[in-house]
Amino acid sequence: MSFFIEVLLGGLLSGVMYALVAIGFVLIYKASGVFNFAQGAMVFFAALTCVGMVDKFGVSLWLAIPLTILVMIALALAIERVVLRPLVNQPEITLFMATIGLAFFIEGLAQLLWGSQVRKLELPIEDVPNEYLMEHFNILVSQFDMTAAVVCAVLVVALALLFTKTRVGRALRAVADDHQAALAVGIPLQRIWVVVWSVAGLVALVAGLLWGARNGVQFALTFIALKALPVLILGGFTSVPGAIVGGLIIGASEKLAEVYIGPMVGGGIEGWFPYVLALLFLLVRPEGLFGEKIIRRI
Amino acid sequence: MLYREAGQFKTSYVADGQILPIRQDRVALCALLAVALAAVPLLASPYLLSAILIPFLIFALAALGLNMLTGYAGQLSLGTAAFMAVGAYASFNFVARIPGMPLLLAFILGGLCAALVGIAFGLPSLRIRGFYLAAATLATQFFVIWCLTKIPYLTNYSSSGVVTVQTMQIFGYRFVSPQAKYLLVLGIVSLMALLAKNMIRSNVGRSWMAIRDMDMAAEVIGFRPLRTKLLAFAVSSFYCGVAGALYAFAYLGTVEPEAYSLDLSFRILFMVIIGGVGSILGSFLGAAFIVLLPIFLNMLAHALGLATNYASNLELMVFGGLIIFFLIVEPHGLARLWQIGKEKLRLWPFPH
Repeated sequence: MSFFIEVLLGGLLSGVMYALVAIGFVLIYKASGVFNFAQGAMVFFAALTCVGMVDKFGVSLWLAIPLTILVMIALALAIERVVLRPLVNQPEITLFMATIGLAFFIEGLAQLLWGSQVRKLELPIEDVPNEYLMEHFNILVSQFDMTAAVVCAVLVVALALLFTKTRVGRALRAVADDHQAALAVGIPLQRIWVVVWSVAGLVALVAGLLWGARNGVQFALTFIALKALPVLILGGFTSVPGAIVGGLIIGASEKLAEVYIGPMVGGGIEGWFPYVLALLFLLVRPEGLFGEKIIRRI
Repeated sequence: MLYREAGQFKTSYVADGQILPIRQDRVALCALLAVALAAVPLLASPYLLSAILIPFLIFALAALGLNMLTGYAGQLSLGTAAFMAVGAYASFNFVARIPGMPLLLAFILGGLCAALVGIAFGLPSLRIRGFYLAAATLATQFFVIWCLTKIPYLTNYSSSGVVTVQTMQIFGYRFVSPQAKYLLVLGIVSLMALLAKNMIRSNVGRSWMAIRDMDMAAEVIGFRPLRTKLLAFAVSSFYCGVAGALYAFAYLGTVEPEAYSLDLSFRILFMVIIGGVGSILGSFLGAAFIVLLPIFLNMLAHALGLATNYASNLELMVFGGLIIFFLIVEPHGLARLWQIGKEKLRLWPFPH
């Protein structure tokens, strides 16, 4: 039983990390209707920029992080100016394909700037089992994962406050509801987009640092985006709580499936199990758990 | 002056409905085919044939398949490479397990297997659309490749998972030289392109386009979405499956699951976008562009004395940048540029 709980907890905690990436997707989708395939590339770019600055220029990590945030804001500005503005009013699928192009561009740029070798990232949190839980409940849970969960929770609360309590947040929700109506009441659409993409860049940085500290900052980080997709399908594209719940479900079920079903079929099912799960779920509820139901009329 | 259809009157329905209504187009296409069939195998070097022309034709076929699904039926798919893999492995197994299996029949059966997989993974398209579907098709990609690595039966119990395909043999003739392979691929690809062109012109193609443009309206006027969408998935996967089989048999010589990675899927999607979404010609133009661009970039990097590492990252950036550029500037891709050129030529030397 304690093994089961351990696997479950491990899964839930890695689900938190998926959720962190998925939130980046949701933010952008909510505020601009763009499904941003480049979020994974942004995670990679942010982490690599941060580590690259530490390695190349010898700045400390605590200076590199704010510098990277500045870089991500610059990136958001550039994306809005070069990619989004000319594509206003295009079909959503065109914008999606544009972000696939963007993903390739950012991946190339990141490696061109900082080199393509695997880099180590040292965060001041140790990846050891939490002593308290080990002693009292005999369950091995990484301290690092728990910190990640806390960071994720703080981030989500901050985002929720930003969305509901501030002027910018209100503007964001207006833009998400209806572009034209928002423009009509004088909300600067372009500025809102920059804000959203910057926030998504910030989330990407947090996700990139956490994932990078675990597995090293390397190209494989871009595949995290692929992990986040089933999370989004399950939770619904437009809901931050959906991304979190979806992340937890995907993380837990994927680890459980790998441990309990995997050995029967040869293992390595972690790669596709979330997708098949999400796919089956879609057949029942096409808009996801928390997604808004879209009613189509001709 | 040269390209003007004045005086070419159509006096029958048959003449009115032909594929190339302008005589100059017919002549040009015949000339192109003659060059491709006769001059190229005689003159081209083995390198040009086996490293550029054969992959170009194969990718064009795969892009054609994806274009039918994405361009005409409006269902975005990111699982193209998986369908290619199914076609390749199925053809390999048919040839390996059934003695005296004719090669072309094996290709067709391989394509049919891919079509079945396509139908299975196309089922969600009935309820979901857009990005949900794009994300769902990724399931195909991961699931199929996983199956190929984990089920030893499919790779004929090869220990490394890498399979050497059989020599292509039809009626006792062995296709081993680059010329022979090229001609075989060219034959299959042109035949299937002609078939695709006619399918698009028929009511099948029109039902796809109706579904693409507005599926509910299409349903109201009597197209059945279930049948139409699944048919699009089936036909598209069939084309991809055959392309995958050719990729294994005529180009690579060996197959391994890694050859059909997500990267290949994206590459083929790029061919469709750059070439022209919803255009048969566009699939060919896009394939040519994507095959030639890395070679060109490599040459450029070499000439500038850059490291190969730089070149490959530069390639990523150029690919990504071009996709965005085309989507912004010319969403209908190279095929549209070609069309504009033709329209200008019709009026030449007058501007209007």
